[in-house]
Amino acid sequence: MAGEEPKNVFDAEAASSLARELRGTFLSGKTRSYEWRVSQLKALLKLVDDNEQEIVDALRSDLSKPPMESVVCEIGLLKNSCKVSLRELKHWMKPEKVKTSITTFPSSAEIVPEPLGVALVISAWNYPILLSLDPVVGAIAAGNAVVLKPSEISPATSSLLAKLLGKYMDNSCVRVVEGAADETTALLQQKWDKIFYTGNARIGRTVMTAAAKHLTPVVLELGGKSPAVVDSNINIKVASRRIIAGKWGCNNGQACISPDYIITTKDYAPKLVDALKTELETFYGKNPLESKDLSRIVNSNHFGRLTKLLDEDKVSGKIVYGGERDESKLMIAPTILLDVPRNSLIMNEEIFGPLLPIITVDKLEESFDVINSGTKPLAAYLFTNNKKLKEQFAKGISAGGLVVNDTTLHLAVHTLPFGGVGESGIGAYHGKFSFDAFTHKKAVLYRSFHGDAAVRYPPYSYMKLRLMKALIGGSINGIIRALFG
Amino acid sequence: MRGLERELEEMREYYGSGKTKEAAWRENQLKGLRSFLLEKEEQILKALKQDLGKHHIEAFRDEVGTLLKTLNFALESFKKWMAGKEAKLPRIALLSSAEIVPEPLGVILIISSWSFPFGLSLEPVIGAVAAGNALVLKPSELSPACSSLLSTVLPTYLDNKAIKIIEGGPEVGEHLLQQKWDKIFFTGSEKAARNVMSAAVKHLTPVTLQLGGKCPAVLDSLSSDWDREVAVKRIIVGKFGASAGQACRAIDYILVEKDYACILVELMKVWIKKMLGENPKETNSIARIVNKQNLSRLKNLISDPRIKESLVWGGSVDENDLFIEPTILVDPPLESEIMTDEIFGPLLPIITVDKIEDSIEFISSRAKPLAIYVFTKNQTLQRRMVSETSSGCVIFNDAIVQDIAERVPFGGVGNSCFHTFSHEKAVARRSFYTDFWFRFPPWTIHKLQLTDRAYNLDYVGLLLVLLGLKRSKRTYIKL
Repeated sequence: MAGEEPKNVFDAEAASSLARELRGTFLSGKTRSYEWRVSQLKALLKLVDDNEQEIVDALRSDLSKPPMESVVCEIGLLKNSCKVSLRELKHWMKPEKVKTSITTFPSSAEIVPEPLGVALVISAWNYPILLSLDPVVGAIAAGNAVVLKPSEISPATSSLLAKLLGKYMDNSCVRVVEGAADETTALLQQKWDKIFYTGNARIGRTVMTAAAKHLTPVVLELGGKSPAVVDSNINIKVASRRIIAGKWGCNNGQACISPDYIITTKDYAPKLVDALKTELETFYGKNPLESKDLSRIVNSNHFGRLTKLLDEDKVSGKIVYGGERDESKLMIAPTILLDVPRNSLIMNEEIFGPLLPIITVDKLEESFDVINSGTKPLAAYLFTNNKKLKEQFAKGISAGGLVVNDTTLHLAVHTLPFGGVGESGIGAYHGKFSFDAFTHKKAVLYRSFHGDAAVRYPPYSYMKLRLMKALIGGSINGIIRALFG
Repeated sequence: MRGLERELEEMREYYGSGKTKEAAWRENQLKGLRSFLLEKEEQILKALKQDLGKHHIEAFRDEVGTLLKTLNFALESFKKWMAGKEAKLPRIALLSSAEIVPEPLGVILIISSWSFPFGLSLEPVIGAVAAGNALVLKPSELSPACSSLLSTVLPTYLDNKAIKIIEGGPEVGEHLLQQKWDKIFFTGSEKAARNVMSAAVKHLTPVTLQLGGKCPAVLDSLSSDWDREVAVKRIIVGKFGASAGQACRAIDYILVEKDYACILVELMKVWIKKMLGENPKETNSIARIVNKQNLSRLKNLISDPRIKESLVWGGSVDENDLFIEPTILVDPPLESEIMTDEIFGPLLPIITVDKIEDSIEFISSRAKPLAIYVFTKNQTLQRRMVSETSSGCVIFNDAIVQDIAERVPFGGVGNSCFHTFSHEKAVARRSFYTDFWFRFPPWTIHKLQLTDRAYNLDYVGLLLVLLGLKRSKRTYIKL
């Protein structure tokens, strides 16, 4: 049609030009200064502070996320992250002096943290503010330029991020690219100095494959089936509340570290189910589909996926609580299932929703075998007062992170590395670990021209060999003996 | 090769038994490695002579000696590395304790290279074993005597149920890469590395890739004769004395001011003669080229007539003996292959710049090298080099010697090597007491305020809210 402007498509050419532009800015040295990093972190803090209402609204639009969750789990955690970085940045940026040994005497050495260059952050839809901006905090704190690609499955938030970051941040170094598979593919074809991806293992593999072409290091924050093992002889009311808070209180179970399923003994299961039912009713009322304190299912795709898990023949009869759904509202009520078969669909993929299967075993120790027979999860939880069990758990269960007597809290402790192992991911972040994730630790050794050990140089001789052996052994006696034959 | 899948399954089962996690097991393996190096030193040096023509002393200095240092360091430190680290908690964190517990990753694949066949194989093995892993090591087939010694003799010193050494070429490598590993540690070329990382995608296996690059040496004009001589000697060792330049960290080329270039070349000629002898081939003071293929490649680098123009020393090639004499060139064209590809041989281009500071731009406009060696006493230049260039590491006034400094994270030595083969697991603990009731729905504005204050570690604010003395600023939220 005459006069119609062609739509701005973000294709490979646009991606290449963006990467080139940011690399140019990075090479100018702009992002390396402490002042620049502080200014950007402060800008991010202001961005969140000034626009809290818009953020809460966008999250409500994308996920029907209760404002409380938005403020506490997304905004609160993000602000904390900025504040920790601002407080500690000078310390993190300082080179670390290291000891040197007699063989390089005299010398001094240090480890100098330097930015990697230009980072690509690909975010997820379930905590779209936190999972977009938290890695960006790390990238900026470490002195990199960064491109953020938010998830298209949370479109209101994606659009808000593009608008706000454009307005508050230094656009020559921090950019947002909105879009879906095509745009992501275009971005992944470029050379980045680090790619930080949060999402599922399937796309994680796509990201790593693309990264392999340029030998780009990656952080992959994936997921898995995070189990919660529940012992008897515990404060069951408190345990139930904490399980509920970690499951339905976190985006209605759509969180990577929500307890995916529970393992408990046959004998204890009924008590646990009762306690959960009681607390669930206290939290969400008799009509949870109407509760304002639960997020909805993000879209009809996932709604269909979850109802399929519930409606499987061998599973539908195992529902002991809940199971109600409202497709028009994309709501599924908190649902508990007891003793679903191990080969059911619901036990073979990450649930990522408000369904909680309880698996029973004869003796609680068997739960460790159940967990270890699957892939390593992002998190694992244990509720017990038994000291030995706690030790066995910490030693014997391999997961990204473990929590005893609670769920999900380790995410909020910035002195703990947050990341997966095996199928649940590669790398970690939060606190200084975020800074490290986007940093190259450069070793620097200073030698003087004095103290030149001719021992090292050709022409080689037997005497030199003896002296060298003694030097490497590091013992003064050895050296003296070698010198004086 | 079908036996491989079964072997790996058995290894995984053995690992699952928990044996390799025990401190005693790790100590035994490290001691076994040390005994191998001490008792079989003669065979090791002989194998290196055979594969690479390395002089015994160079071989000891660069392979046996450095490994012994790493082993001693690992033996005295691994228990400390194994212990968990406490993570600081704010008072209100509600957790009773938090720690970071390193745990082994599982079954590791280590693929080594031929330039330092023992060093590049065993350094990562030391790290993997200290961290409690089982492993398969594939040494390079291009250094066959060393590879054979590793696969036939070393196993007698170690626990074969957890540590296996598999010989072979690219097909064996490919087959190994198709298996499931908990980590792959690869040393070699960029091209092969891409292959490794692509194969690792299948099982989302984390990888550590030790590659190469063109490591420049920057030589500032040094005023004292002593300093100049020391610099030149160290450069010679850092190039020709390191496997005849066939080392990822060998000096690839030198940057020097125009006016200084002649002095440098003359000094180099003098000291090459003094250190490597009038006839290095006879005195066996520098290593051989590993094979005919690499010899041809190197020969081609200097056969172009434009390159020949820039030759100022050496250049002779003995195909039968796989020997290339120490060769120096001044200002070969920057687009020539010798200046675009990693040389990995005893050819040393000297590039001249107007001012020595120009070398910063020269280096940073090219791919990041593994190491930058800067010979200078000028502190400003030192500072600028560190902050304006990017590289694996920077050494001032020396070359390559970093292998000897074990506490610094060069290429997987010491503590950083242990860390490379561990998963740092976060472990948080709570008691059943002290719960914040406002953590749970149904949500009210009051609860929101409390959580907000708690979040900011604002204990006073918390108290005020509890006492009903603080009103919420969030008017937009209707709960």
